Amino acid sequence: MKLKFAAAAVAAVFSLSAQAQTEIQWWHSMTAVNGEVVNDLAKNFNASQNAYKIVPTFKGTYDESFTAAVAAFRAGNAPHILQVFEVGTATMMASKGVSVPVGKVMKDSGEKFDPKAYVSAVAGYYTAPNGEMLSFPFNSSTTVFYFNKDAFKAAGIDTTKAPGTWPEVALAAAKLKASGHKCPLTIAWQGWTQLESFSAWHNVEFATKGNGLQGMDARMKVNSPLHVRHIENLANMAKQGLFVYKGRANVPEASFISGECAMTTTSTGFYGNVAKNAKFAWGLAPLPYYPDVPGAPQNTVIGGASLWVMGGKKADEYKGIAQFFNYLSKPDVQAATHQRTGYLPITTAAFQLTEKSGFYEKNPGTDVGVNQMIRKTTDKSRGIRLGNYVQIRTIEDEELEQVWGGKKSAKEALDSIVLRGNELLDRFEKANKK
Amino acid sequence: MEKRVVFRSSWLPWVLIAPQVVVIVVFFFWPAAQALLQSVQQSDAFGTSVEWVGLDNFRNLWNDATYLASFYTTALFSTLVAVLGISISLMLAVFADRIVKGALVYKTLLIWPYAVAPAVAGVLWLFMFAPSVGVVSYWLRAFGVDWNHLLKGDQAMTLVIMAAVWKQISYNFLFFLAGLQSIPKSLIEAAAIDGARPWRRFWTIVFPLLSPTTFFLLVINIVYAFFDTFGIIDAATQGGPGKDTSILVYKVYYDGFKAMDLGGSAAQSVVLMVIVVVLTVVQFRFVEKKVNY
Repeated sequence: MKLKFAAAAVAAVFSLSAQAQTEIQWWHSMTAVNGEVVNDLAKNFNASQNAYKIVPTFKGTYDESFTAAVAAFRAGNAPHILQVFEVGTATMMASKGVSVPVGKVMKDSGEKFDPKAYVSAVAGYYTAPNGEMLSFPFNSSTTVFYFNKDAFKAAGIDTTKAPGTWPEVALAAAKLKASGHKCPLTIAWQGWTQLESFSAWHNVEFATKGNGLQGMDARMKVNSPLHVRHIENLANMAKQGLFVYKGRANVPEASFISGECAMTTTSTGFYGNVAKNAKFAWGLAPLPYYPDVPGAPQNTVIGGASLWVMGGKKADEYKGIAQFFNYLSKPDVQAATHQRTGYLPITTAAFQLTEKSGFYEKNPGTDVGVNQMIRKTTDKSRGIRLGNYVQIRTIEDEELEQVWGGKKSAKEALDSIVLRGNELLDRFEKANKK
Repeated sequence: MEKRVVFRSSWLPWVLIAPQVVVIVVFFFWPAAQALLQSVQQSDAFGTSVEWVGLDNFRNLWNDATYLASFYTTALFSTLVAVLGISISLMLAVFADRIVKGALVYKTLLIWPYAVAPAVAGVLWLFMFAPSVGVVSYWLRAFGVDWNHLLKGDQAMTLVIMAAVWKQISYNFLFFLAGLQSIPKSLIEAAAIDGARPWRRFWTIVFPLLSPTTFFLLVINIVYAFFDTFGIIDAATQGGPGKDTSILVYKVYYDGFKAMDLGGSAAQSVVLMVIVVVLTVVQFRFVEKKVNY
């Protein structure tokens, strides 16, 4: 508390000397390397001009900062810019008057703004059905496959090519187990990687209405024969000890880093951690798929977070925000951010710049996520945007756990996800229909 | 022979109890009233639109099969936490009461866990029992027990009960120890002279004389298990696997603070409030009759 007062006092002194500067509060949830990137972006932008000052503040994990922002908004002192994870997107969109669409902020400020410059697979997710960009895609990730090359070698598996399909993954897992490996495969973010991204990757619906992008009356579709088949396969692998469940969210990632588990599916955002901490040779590859499914592989689904501009601020402050967003979109700034964090590039120019610099060749695997995403998307693969998404994710966890534990069949669990998920979607639709 | 202090002044008694009244109003009645109000409303996360929905929130709960199932989970959890917590600490208190040498160290060690925050307690136990890196799960495997609370519901329940009981033992222990020390030594000595063995002395003299303490602790422990344990659940199992450790208060916390469904969360806390009020009334009406003061 004392520190805060001291900081406020110091800030007050400084603001006296630079009265003309307009401060813009930015709440984020970035830690470690990504947190440093956020601070550097703010510092460099502040140094590039002197009318505005971006003040980044770390507010805890995604859900913590979201809760904090809700409380601040209710008390009338929300930040100017709020970083919201993809799961909160539908909530932000449905809360009228809470935020101002980025498209409008840019237009009102008179800043140059071309929505087409942004990678459509990334920006499309944060765009309203009428084509207006709602939030600024800041850090986007997607689902990829990591494998331990040393473990593969020990099991006598070819390490030059990762197992690209699920039958190949099962085969590799069996060989790993035969060589005495205790945990051939584990899965992080099970709902995101095995249901949501899995659907887009195979070009099947996760939910109706373009997975919720076209309207709030979307309903769950995850009990299709393909979904049942995949979850059944994983359940069988679990029974044979080929797939070992290690917990919810990104908890299983630790067992890949430690070398306990040889293969895992998780976010591209895991790249930095593996690169820094893994004590073995490893590879990064596209998410596995079923080769007999027509249209697969399509593209994987987007995750990560975007920046929302909160409502009720002064016109001058919005001008500063628009300038800052333009700064973030600059090809060199964007390319550097992409290369440091492992998050996807948000503009095509930044992608091309990174490619030309030879970054992808020097760091094999860093382009996997990009290649999975930069494709022409379909209505079934553009992204998933559902109301009450936080709870739906938890329902996915709860039901899948019962499959891995052998308490429910794949079909029963997926039917239950659909049933329970639809109740939440129905409630969200009712609560937000005005 | 009743002793009664009579205040002449008409306002002084009110002033004297005012601080307590303020505390109760601010920290109990005010939030409880808010919960009641919010339980008949539905609002979006940011509170920009508030709508009166009557009993819709309660109807949603009633139609949610998993919510009804968590009543069973909660009953099991609370009963075991209260019974185990009380019996283990009673046993420890009886032993501590007899110890002559090093009693202070022993007592201090037992009181220690009370200073640990629930979430920290959850994490502590989680580490010991983590399927791949936990010390205890490693030992268990040596004994042929395949410990994996990530997928086995009964093991997950065991884990959170252990953590919750451990956390509450200190509190119970303190009260039991004080209760034991207030039992007149002459009663026990007289029984001993009459030939009663320690076991009989405990059940016929000590235990009945401790009954006011035990009753008080029963009420407190039930309330603790119902309300104060969500931190442990959140840190250790997050209600999983499936919904096997998702007790009522955890869902209140999750829906309100993670999922931002304030109306639904408020309705649940009203239900919880009613349950605990009923339970406490029942305890006072029926269990208290067996208490000797």
